[in-house]
Amino acid sequence: MSTPTTPAPIPPQSEAAEHDLRYAKSPVNSDLAPEAKVKLYTDMVRIRQFEDRSLRVYQQGRIGGFLHLYNGQEAVAVGTCSLLGEHDHVITAYRDHGHALAVGMGMGELMAEMQGKFTGSSKGKGGSMHFFSPEKHFWGGHGIVAGQTPLGLGIAYALKYQGKKGCCLCYLGDGAINQGAFHESLNLAALWDVPVIYVIENNGYSMGTSQKRSSAGEILARRASGYDLEWAVINGNSLYEVRARTYEAMQRARERSKPTLLEMRTYRYRGHSVADANAEKYRTKAEIETYKRDFDPISLFRAVLVREGHLDDAKIDAINAAVKQEVEAAVRFADESPVAAVPEIFTDVYATIDENAAAQHGTHFFNKDAHFVGNQQVAEAK
Amino acid sequence: MPLITYRQALNDALAEEIERDPNVFIMGEEVAQYNGAYKVTEGLHERFGSKRLVDAPISETGFLGLGVGAAMMGQRPVIEMMFWSFAYVAFDQIINNAATMRYMSGGQIKVPLVIRGPANGGTNVGSTHSHTPEMFLANQPGLKVVCPATAYDAKGLMKAAIRDDDPVCVMENTLLYGEKWEVPEGEILVPLGKADLKRPGKDLSFIAHGRAVITCLKAAEILQRDHGIDAEVLDLRSIRPLDEQAILESVARTHRVVLVDENKPFCGVGAQIASLIADQAFDELDAPIKRVSSLDAPQIYAKPLEDLMLPTADRIVATALTIC
Repeated sequence: MSTPTTPAPIPPQSEAAEHDLRYAKSPVNSDLAPEAKVKLYTDMVRIRQFEDRSLRVYQQGRIGGFLHLYNGQEAVAVGTCSLLGEHDHVITAYRDHGHALAVGMGMGELMAEMQGKFTGSSKGKGGSMHFFSPEKHFWGGHGIVAGQTPLGLGIAYALKYQGKKGCCLCYLGDGAINQGAFHESLNLAALWDVPVIYVIENNGYSMGTSQKRSSAGEILARRASGYDLEWAVINGNSLYEVRARTYEAMQRARERSKPTLLEMRTYRYRGHSVADANAEKYRTKAEIETYKRDFDPISLFRAVLVREGHLDDAKIDAINAAVKQEVEAAVRFADESPVAAVPEIFTDVYATIDENAAAQHGTHFFNKDAHFVGNQQVAEAK
Repeated sequence: MPLITYRQALNDALAEEIERDPNVFIMGEEVAQYNGAYKVTEGLHERFGSKRLVDAPISETGFLGLGVGAAMMGQRPVIEMMFWSFAYVAFDQIINNAATMRYMSGGQIKVPLVIRGPANGGTNVGSTHSHTPEMFLANQPGLKVVCPATAYDAKGLMKAAIRDDDPVCVMENTLLYGEKWEVPEGEILVPLGKADLKRPGKDLSFIAHGRAVITCLKAAEILQRDHGIDAEVLDLRSIRPLDEQAILESVARTHRVVLVDENKPFCGVGAQIASLIADQAFDELDAPIKRVSSLDAPQIYAKPLEDLMLPTADRIVATALTIC
């Protein structure tokens, strides 16, 4: 049986505070207007509350399948996505709620998607792991561990091909670094100077297996050195540090088309998914409580903003109340939305059929009994 | 009309599409400086340079997935698999990413990607280089699969595949690369999903795709010469979308069917077509539906035995005679 092991350490609180002070002076942070700083805090609160509410909706049986909650890792998505510019793009794995919210997707469309509703971001065809918004430069939401890493490479390759000075932030978990797809992507990124930034969100556990039991070498990002790639280890629970050091990598990508591998040390409070019955067995309750008490990214940043004079109790309460309203509105929207009509099963499979079925030849869908489905007439498949 | 090889037809198709659309680039192992492991891309690097012809390391998952990501961003990548057998290490990128991206995004994304390369046995190289994966790729909604049998179709289908807004798998054949056909000069587009009657007949239908079409044409000649049987040969050209109408019309004309393909038999393309005919044209049949496939073992190395593994004209003729 698994023995609880402590995940990779992140700096203790006193050091973290010092780090915050140091990174607070980075231009990318010190140039922020007070409102922008408060927005960063609010965005983390929005993710936290959204996740907590999602769990309740799941427990009430209105969200199906898997639910991979982001609690504890908020500073990574909010910090990195807050740096996105006109030509920057984002892609991630299945723990994607935080990134979707951070790039500006709406709580309503996400809650509806998780409930399998037609008003969901993917019309209920993707689910919790597969949020997409190309309009916001957000390319998913991917269910197979490390499967998104070559896609992130391709997105960045296209940017370079098209002569755009942008980059692609491609997130992955610490469990993904042992997949071949990731290593092939690192090699190609370095070989061809592709402006992709791989962000390992190291929460210490690949599902129920601790880092020590799954990955050789204590510093995961150091694997980049084999490909002569720039890399760094970052305190992923410090919003200022995440921003300051990700910004350096993004500038390297935008200006010199250089890839980087970043390892963000963070922690997830919930299980791998909600179905993870052993979330408190492969690690100790004390460990989880320690992270919540001493290293929580929202608490840490709240303290920073209080120190800086941008937040007080009244403002904090107001933010919590406003976010709560937003979340409740999203749940109502999802609850009241319809599931797609049966013929929607056959849309969005082929672009050519969606756009001009009459111009296409041959059979694309092969059920001969589709008209019996759900006692509803399914559009005659061409 | 000029006589050109299947290889040249593919080369012309690629060159014309590179010239026509700046978003098209070709990536794969040895496609640029080496001029292609099978010389399909010969001369293209010299003509179009390193942006359009990109040599990739042996890293199919990496560069095939790169192609999917670039296609999402509006490029039209043509990703060469030196052999389709090598695509097996990149299957996650094809099935979980290329095929399902549009669906899982609720129609927000297009993946205008071409994956191409040879997929055939019969070359004395053993099992790992002899796979014919068209039936399990065609099993995946979201993918399109075409298998040209002639130079004309190779050119027309390749050009249509590159212009298509969905991911298309083009299955070529190393045994056909050096074969010549008459191909008119200029623009040729063969729409996906349209079968082609390669030989009309009234007694029997051979329904086939890829190189099996050529073998069926030989079998039809033998049947005509030695047995006075007039067989028609319907070339599917495209597996998904599938020209079901052409299949059913052929059955209605001849009432006897032999389905021929170079897949292994279990769940091969012929199995799908047999099910279609049984379901939709049962009353047209004057005899049981027959199938000829590759022999059901991993592809053998020994050449004399491998030659027997693929459908041969003799085996096709013998099968046809059981229902005529």
